[in-house]
Amino acid sequence: MTLSLKEVTKRFGNHTAVDHLSLEIPEKEMFGFLGGNGAGKTTTFRMILGLLDITEGEISWNGESIGYNKSHLIGYLPEERGLYPKLKVRDQIIYLGKLRGMTKQEAITELKWWLDRLKVPEYLDKKVEELSKGNQQKIQFISAVIHKPKLLILDEPFSGLDPVNVEMLKKAVVELKEQGTSIVFSSHRMEHVEELCEHLCILHKGKQVVHGSLRDIKRSFGKKNLVIHAEFPLDFLQDHAGVVKYKALTDGCELQIENEDVSQTIFAELQGKGFIRKFDLEEPSLNDIFIEKVGASYE
Amino acid sequence: MNKFWIILSHTYTTRLKTKSFLISTIISLLFIFAIANIQTIIDAFSDDSSEKIAVLDESGELFGPLKANVENIEEDIALVAFDGTVEEGKKAVQDEDYQALVTLALNENQLPEATYYANTITEAGIQTAMEEQLQQLKISAATQQAGIDQEKLAEIYAPVTFETVALDKSAKTGEELSQARGIVYVMLFLLYITVMVYGQMIAQDVATEKSSRVMEILISSVSPVTQMFAKIVGIALLGLTQIVLIIGVGYALITAKQDELTGGMFKYFGIEGASLSLFVYAIVFFVLGYLLYATLAATLGSLVSRIEDVQQLMMPMMFLVVAAFMIAMYGLNAPDASFVKISSYIPFFSPMLMFLRVGMLDVPTWEVALSLGILIATILLLALFGAKVYKGGVLMYGNSGTLKDMKKAMKLAKKE
Repeated sequence: MTLSLKEVTKRFGNHTAVDHLSLEIPEKEMFGFLGGNGAGKTTTFRMILGLLDITEGEISWNGESIGYNKSHLIGYLPEERGLYPKLKVRDQIIYLGKLRGMTKQEAITELKWWLDRLKVPEYLDKKVEELSKGNQQKIQFISAVIHKPKLLILDEPFSGLDPVNVEMLKKAVVELKEQGTSIVFSSHRMEHVEELCEHLCILHKGKQVVHGSLRDIKRSFGKKNLVIHAEFPLDFLQDHAGVVKYKALTDGCELQIENEDVSQTIFAELQGKGFIRKFDLEEPSLNDIFIEKVGASYE
Repeated sequence: MNKFWIILSHTYTTRLKTKSFLISTIISLLFIFAIANIQTIIDAFSDDSSEKIAVLDESGELFGPLKANVENIEEDIALVAFDGTVEEGKKAVQDEDYQALVTLALNENQLPEATYYANTITEAGIQTAMEEQLQQLKISAATQQAGIDQEKLAEIYAPVTFETVALDKSAKTGEELSQARGIVYVMLFLLYITVMVYGQMIAQDVATEKSSRVMEILISSVSPVTQMFAKIVGIALLGLTQIVLIIGVGYALITAKQDELTGGMFKYFGIEGASLSLFVYAIVFFVLGYLLYATLAATLGSLVSRIEDVQQLMMPMMFLVVAAFMIAMYGLNAPDASFVKISSYIPFFSPMLMFLRVGMLDVPTWEVALSLGILIATILLLALFGAKVYKGGVLMYGNSGTLKDMKKAMKLAKKE
């Protein structure tokens, strides 16, 4: 089932939070939704879920609009975490599961499975307020996926978790995807998006500035990164034709170059100058792309 | 199961299980139990032995009749003739052989006089009893001296015959009025307390869900409007549970103890004799009054983002309730007053005041219908408005606690 947004616009008074956003989010895929702070990510999610009315445009899922009659097919992990502090994990999940169309028995079975899966089975009868923030997050994650949604929206799912737990949740997310859940995923951690998503878009001040598959985005970006470690000074490369950015490292430098060909002229130039430990032509990282696309307007 | 029912039963059961609910219910029940058994409790604490009072009668003729009269009225008092000096008597009181010492004498007009000695003169009961009975003796002595015969005297003191008759045929009789007053009283108090307690609870509940940010998950699975009304009804049922429990236990205890409790107060509240239609009116106005204030409370609750702000934002609503209650209390004694009449059409006052008028006066049906119509229309309007504010309000965080936020919340819920 594809989720499609057509020319979606949301205005709050004079302020345009989302500006003519068009997206196709393919089925059974993880879609990266990036953007700086206040770019309109959460607003878009809220519109997809129907929490906010759309000013203009159309959102459809498999050709149908999303309403409360589909809430059992949708899972949502909001950026602002929230559970009932005084309620036990069991009661909490049963309640939220029921609201997503589960029976009490189903909810308990699934909850136990997930608690085991996330290695916290002892929390079943604990109150949420007794758990650490990271563990509350796990429970929150369970509440978003307990009913096996077809469409899962994760707003910053890994913030506030330690690296071990990040890996654990990542694995769980990938498994869900493999089982056929379409996932829309927002994060400020570019390496997570790079690792998990095939398609992505970058939002900036409500406008979409980048959109497509990760590979295409990187390829069309053109610029490459070049890392050189050498035992002689490299600062002369700063003024070399085709070098966009120069960053000195302790034992060499990192360059951003206009295209692959530049690396070859640099390679030729370095010959005979001394011992070269490393000469590495890399794809640009998503981080570079993000900073260029979004950061440009900050400068 | 329907989502409305899921939220309703969740609201009901989680609230039912809270300590505060259990404790407040138990305390109320204990209180009722104590009231119903007040006679037994007082008896248990007071001495069974009667208070002995020494009487030093210098006249030689007063003691007999006084003893007879006092002991006839106050079972707990025993008068004992004391034949010693005043000083000895005082000593005996100080040694706590007697509760008090009374010296009786006749003055120059042959009328009785007395002095009352006790360690403390805080216990007014005995003093008053003695004084009243001595007064009686004095009156009979004085009238005898004046040559008035005792039968005449009894006639003078007999209460005057004063009958009240309402000329308007449909006006309530005195008896009906006191019955109506009882049920009006009870309903006013119940509505007042219910709105205060459960209105607060609704606002608190909404604010808790907002401040813990669980709201966003909730409204992504259920529409805010369904949620709001499920909550209102859930808490109403909770309130009903508590009220039924308290009234049920209270009623059972009172019926069980009926012969012990003297009629006076309960006759005044004459609930048993009230007509069926009045009961129906009571329920209708009660339910509508609750719905009105509960919707308002939920709307207000959706505007705050911290629980601490609930109180502040609920203030205006509390003022409305208190104002309605005050007018109603005044209206109990003057149900005809024109401002009571006017208030009985104003939605936030009408549940209390129109009911009061229906109970106490003979109000034309169209007036009741008009008042009910205005009330229902207001509830619907408020529900529509509240649902809008609620929908935007639950997504709105930040510095809140002002009514300005209502506009902001409505904007957020709108398309633009």
